[in-house]
Amino acid sequence: MSDVTDTSTPLLEFRGVNTHYGAVHILKDVDLAIYPGELVCLLGGNASGKSTTLKTLLGMVTPTTGEVVLDGEVVNNKPTSYLVERGVTMVPENRRLFKRLSVKENLELGAYLRTDKDGIEEDLERIYEMFPRVKERLNQKSGTLSGGEQQMVAMGRALMARPRVLLMDEPSMGLAPALVQTNFELIQQIHEAGVAIFMVEQNANMALSIADRGWVLQTGRVVLDDTAPNLLANPDLRASYLGEGDR
Amino acid sequence: MSAPMATNETLPARAALDQEWRKVVNHGLLLALVLVFVSLANMPVSLDSRMIIEPMLSMGYLSLLWIPVVMGFIVSSEKVLEGIAYHAKGAREVLAGGLVGLIGGLGLSLLVVLIDNFDLRDPLVNWSPALLDLLQFGNGIGFGVIIWPVLGFGLGVFGGALHIFTAMTRTIVGWVLGAVLGIAVFETVIIDLLTERLPFEFITDWFYFIRGGLSQQGAVTAALIGGGLGYLRVLAQRGVVPTPVQDYKQLVGPERTRANTIIIITCGVATAILPLLLGRITNELLANVGLFVLLALGLNIVVGLAGILDLGYVAFFAVGGYATAILTSPNRGDSWPDWVPQSHWFAALIVVILLAILTGLFIGAPVIRMRGDYLAIVTLGFGEIIRLLFLSDWLGGYTGGAQGVTNIPGVDLGFVEIKGTDPRAIFYLVAVFCAIAIYVSWRLEKSRLGRAWMAIREDESVAEAMGINTVNVKLMAFVVGAVLASFSGAIFAAKVGSIFPTSFIILVSIVILVVVIVGGMGNIVGVIAGAAVLIGVLGGPKQPGLLAEFSEFKLLIYGALLIFMMLKRPEGLVPNVRRTRELHQEEFLQDAWLRSQVDADEQDGAPSGEVAPA
Repeated sequence: MSDVTDTSTPLLEFRGVNTHYGAVHILKDVDLAIYPGELVCLLGGNASGKSTTLKTLLGMVTPTTGEVVLDGEVVNNKPTSYLVERGVTMVPENRRLFKRLSVKENLELGAYLRTDKDGIEEDLERIYEMFPRVKERLNQKSGTLSGGEQQMVAMGRALMARPRVLLMDEPSMGLAPALVQTNFELIQQIHEAGVAIFMVEQNANMALSIADRGWVLQTGRVVLDDTAPNLLANPDLRASYLGEGDR
Repeated sequence: MSAPMATNETLPARAALDQEWRKVVNHGLLLALVLVFVSLANMPVSLDSRMIIEPMLSMGYLSLLWIPVVMGFIVSSEKVLEGIAYHAKGAREVLAGGLVGLIGGLGLSLLVVLIDNFDLRDPLVNWSPALLDLLQFGNGIGFGVIIWPVLGFGLGVFGGALHIFTAMTRTIVGWVLGAVLGIAVFETVIIDLLTERLPFEFITDWFYFIRGGLSQQGAVTAALIGGGLGYLRVLAQRGVVPTPVQDYKQLVGPERTRANTIIIITCGVATAILPLLLGRITNELLANVGLFVLLALGLNIVVGLAGILDLGYVAFFAVGGYATAILTSPNRGDSWPDWVPQSHWFAALIVVILLAILTGLFIGAPVIRMRGDYLAIVTLGFGEIIRLLFLSDWLGGYTGGAQGVTNIPGVDLGFVEIKGTDPRAIFYLVAVFCAIAIYVSWRLEKSRLGRAWMAIREDESVAEAMGINTVNVKLMAFVVGAVLASFSGAIFAAKVGSIFPTSFIILVSIVILVVVIVGGMGNIVGVIAGAAVLIGVLGGPKQPGLLAEFSEFKLLIYGALLIFMMLKRPEGLVPNVRRTRELHQEEFLQDAWLRSQVDADEQDGAPSGEVAPA
């Protein structure tokens, strides 16, 4: 499928996945593959099935047909905790912190399934290093933080699970333009640390500028599947999605 | 204030003064309405027998007289934005309060005239000569008509004048009133405590009139004590006298831990010694409070921590009570086979715990898949279903139907049998279980499970995405809550000796929830305080409180209190820091923003006095 990381086996994979909400057919024969350590993005407009894809990847929605595969194991009917334990972690849309809990409690909840106390302490220290501002506000209620700080806590919370693949739902949504840039730099930083990142975005230009590969989803079907530079250059994408058809 | 009221519709814009007149009239009419309502609810007549100060003031009159004061105060209250008052308080506020009281008093005068001339006893049962007599102070119609506007005006003036008092005066006035009222209300407890085992009859003889209520010298003494304490409080606020509470709040680390240990030990010792000094009635009261503390602590885990609004919590109380009754009483339903033993209370308790866990799972499993309102409604249903099952003919052979289970023995400890006739022993039993419940709640709140509960309360789907098994964790909350409630039920059965389906009506669920809300959700100390205030003073669904005369108005007061707390103090009686923060978040944010603006101004070297709102 891809020419970049074909050498290894996929970490997380969709094989012909179909999902339904009642009678409504959402995802139609979707094939995706995320390889260890790569940064990929899923693009699509409203109601294209992006969120359903994420939920299916995390085991919150069960596919009607097709397989979700993690490390070569079919995980269709496994609970979310099974996937989280094996390194699949999500940063939800709009950050969705536990607003009335302190920053520290939020971070600790990220490591909910881990039992290695020393490892958790180590990771906390690493996150404080990464986001010094988070450390300053450890005992503050997370809901009182600014948008940028909340984003940091959300990322930190996800990293506390020691993810192998990070699922990011619209990381740039609801952030000031200046913060969007910092945020993408942060994502790259995490990516460089060896975490695979699967990003769902509407901000296609920004996402493709840092991604290795990408897919474009339209009404539940993958219509484009290519490397990021090719997608950026693709006139179809430019016309339909980036809204630059005339140029 | 002398401007005439503008009635002409063609006038362009309403003047500010005109608006204030309208405010006064509105508050006055509201006051009149409340006074008439309270009168026709029969509060004055049925509370008249309870004296506050003999022979001047009864609880019945008090139920009317406090309202004009509050209303007179409220009419001139304004939202103080950013600490800057709209204008200085002065004679205007006093006059406004007086006028409000006057209008309210006129409402009562009207009621006096109406009762005197028409008989409306048919729809309004309390439209009685007794009420008329009380409203006239026994002095005939003319006196009744004139006295209320005068009284109302006076009380309203006092309410309005609270605005112009200095903070110091206000504190002292508050303490004086609080002391007089407190010493009067807690009469039973105080007499019990000082005379049952201790030889302090001369103190109670000084304070209390022989047939109840404060004597006049007692009232004066109480007022002086209150004034003294209030003055001390003022001094403490000014930093002249050290306040233990503030010193405690500033402690950190090991010192704080040590202080906590001391407090806990002191409370424990006090709980152990106090009942020895008290007589039957007060111990009975404490035992009732303890039962509800147990229940409220359990519900606090379900509602306060996990955020599951369970309106059928009484079901677990009922299961605990019935299981204990059936397993220990010789007088249970006849359908039980012989192999079901008539066992000791503690042996029964083990079965009760198992049954509570099963019931928790059984009710919880279908319920927790729902969220919010739906969940609340379904739990409400389950609470009733359990009671109706116990009442039904179908299970009548096992549960005794409406006849219930009687002859439940006490708890036999070998050297003593704890049963309802000995409230002191019951209280000790309750206290032990409360201590267990407090410890469990406290440990759980700090645990991984507690964090998972709070995460679910905050955002269930994200909690799930964090890998929390929301179904299991919520079921755990149900089960822990169920076990605590069943403890309460088991003790309840041993205490009352016979239980009936009517002991487990839906009202119990509601009262427990009110206790949790009024005390402060998610807060152990708050829950205990809530139970003490509501169950101890007002009384439980069937248990009389200190103000036994209030029993018929209990629900009215519960409701009013609930509304008031939700509006004015949603964090509960004993606020915990976290809940206060979350409930007044906007104010905090605004304060923080203002502070940052001031800081920024100071850094720029600009004058920092004026802060423009955004």
